[in-house]
Amino acid sequence: MMRMLRGVLPALLLCLALAAPALAQPAPAPAQGQPNAAETSSSSATSAAPAAAAPAAPAAEPKVDTGDTAWMLSSTALVLLMTIPGLALFYAGMVRKKNVLATMMQSFSITALVTVLWYVCGYSLAFTNGNPYVGDFSRVLLNGIWDGWDKPFNFGAGTDNATQLTIPETVYVMFQMTFAIITPALIAGAFADRLKFSALLIFIGLWSVLIYSPIAHWVWSPIGWVNALGAADFAGGTVVHINAGVAGLVCALVLGKRLGYGHDNMAPYNLAYAVMGASLLWVGWFGFNAGSAVGANGRAGMAMLATQAATAAATLAWAFAEWIAKGKPSVLGAASGAVAGLVAITPASGFVLPGPAIIIGIAAGVICFWSATSLKHLLGYDDSLDAFGVHGVGGIVGALLTGVFAYGPLSGTSDHPEGVNIGGVHQLTVQCYAVLATLVYSGIGSFILLKITDLLVGLRVKEEEEREGLDVVLHGERLG
Amino acid sequence: MKLIMAIIKPFKLDDVREALTPLGVQGLTVSEVKGFGRQKGQTEIYRGAEYHVNFLPKVKIEVAVPTDLAEQVVEAIIRAAHTGKIGDGKVFVMDVQRAVRIRTGETDNEAL
Repeated sequence: MMRMLRGVLPALLLCLALAAPALAQPAPAPAQGQPNAAETSSSSATSAAPAAAAPAAPAAEPKVDTGDTAWMLSSTALVLLMTIPGLALFYAGMVRKKNVLATMMQSFSITALVTVLWYVCGYSLAFTNGNPYVGDFSRVLLNGIWDGWDKPFNFGAGTDNATQLTIPETVYVMFQMTFAIITPALIAGAFADRLKFSALLIFIGLWSVLIYSPIAHWVWSPIGWVNALGAADFAGGTVVHINAGVAGLVCALVLGKRLGYGHDNMAPYNLAYAVMGASLLWVGWFGFNAGSAVGANGRAGMAMLATQAATAAATLAWAFAEWIAKGKPSVLGAASGAVAGLVAITPASGFVLPGPAIIIGIAAGVICFWSATSLKHLLGYDDSLDAFGVHGVGGIVGALLTGVFAYGPLSGTSDHPEGVNIGGVHQLTVQCYAVLATLVYSGIGSFILLKITDLLVGLRVKEEEEREGLDVVLHGERLG
Repeated sequence: MKLIMAIIKPFKLDDVREALTPLGVQGLTVSEVKGFGRQKGQTEIYRGAEYHVNFLPKVKIEVAVPTDLAEQVVEAIIRAAHTGKIGDGKVFVMDVQRAVRIRTGETDNEAL
């Protein structure tokens, strides 16, 4: 099986590679939210506007915009807050008492592990030029970041699509790092309660470098091939949520069900943790989405507007769907609905107006309710905390609806004031390609990495260890 | 001496304590316990996973009293813990052979 997949993977990648130029639009501007020309031209008069706009200012080299930089520093802190303590609490609140500490340790240790890897090579592979599929090694150990440390970052410098940002590269490295941290941390929801800690470190380490960095490059690098297709992903619907969700599904399938699944009482230990975690995610997500404008500007404002609308709508939608289907609107349901809405609006924020944002939220709330409560049981996999059911499915809903609802002028550039991402059949088709590419690469890649990890250290703890609980078995500690 | 053990609904604990104090009961021991009797359990649903909870939370009180007080104490507990609905609990009375107060070494009725 593994040998077959190893053979198939290069072929699939080749197909995707060949398809890319054929599908690409004639002259697409950088299309996703991160380095979009629209906001840089609006927010940084010093970088792009002619001297006529400000007669006294010489058309000198671009300068760091302090307002933009302040917002991006704040956003970085907000997005880090999403993983620790946000996600750590959200997940820990949903597991049984014997696994609470181990689950928190997953988020906490992934934060540390991915940070180090990001400095070593993750950032370099994701955000240097390289080729359309992966970056190069020019920023290994953040080599050379000290050159022009006080100058604004020219993202993709030396390529045709270089985007002049208004913040220093150091801030961009840190902001993107928080995304690289939360993505693998989300996968932990699928393998909670049964993965060895050593296996976690190996799998997540490999995954971060070999799966996350390339996909981030495809979608967000000015020369990335998914970017060149014209796919719209403002803050990481494909890169973060579909990517993590699919990896989670593969983990759930490869690891198998928890002992006693469907028989033992696996009721959460403390849902209050989960609600606090979901609330922190909600607040932190303003950094995630509005921060993805890479500036303190109008687009950031629109992204924040859309984020709040979709989250609120999804919270109500999940709660009402559950009320109708199961008789009671649960607290966990409302919190899950909020996260589903946040996930779904992620690719769309910055591209859609508040009305469609509410529609995206309602769709995400109802569909994710169905996937987390019915689809999972229908198909019989044990995605413990619904990494796929909420992040995978919500991400796909959001990515596709972005293609339906993208409001052109929000992605307008000086060359294309009508916008480069306009909702319609064409944009929806492009979104499908982006979703599919992520599903295939992340799905197959995660499977291979899990098998490698299994060969090295084994994936699951022993049966009696799983019964005893991971807190004591893996970490030698226990909740009071 | 008698040991009276009663399983009652948790929210009735204060009523029972208030009913026993005037009778001269000097102390009692309380534990939070779970169990099942004729009262059926509850169903909890977490993201579509339904768990039938058979063991319901109850409070167990244990009080040791002189034999002549036992009947009054049992009556008081029953009166105070009664709601008339399934799940009110039960009272058990047992003989006690010996009692010692650890601090003073007093024995039997003096130790209660």
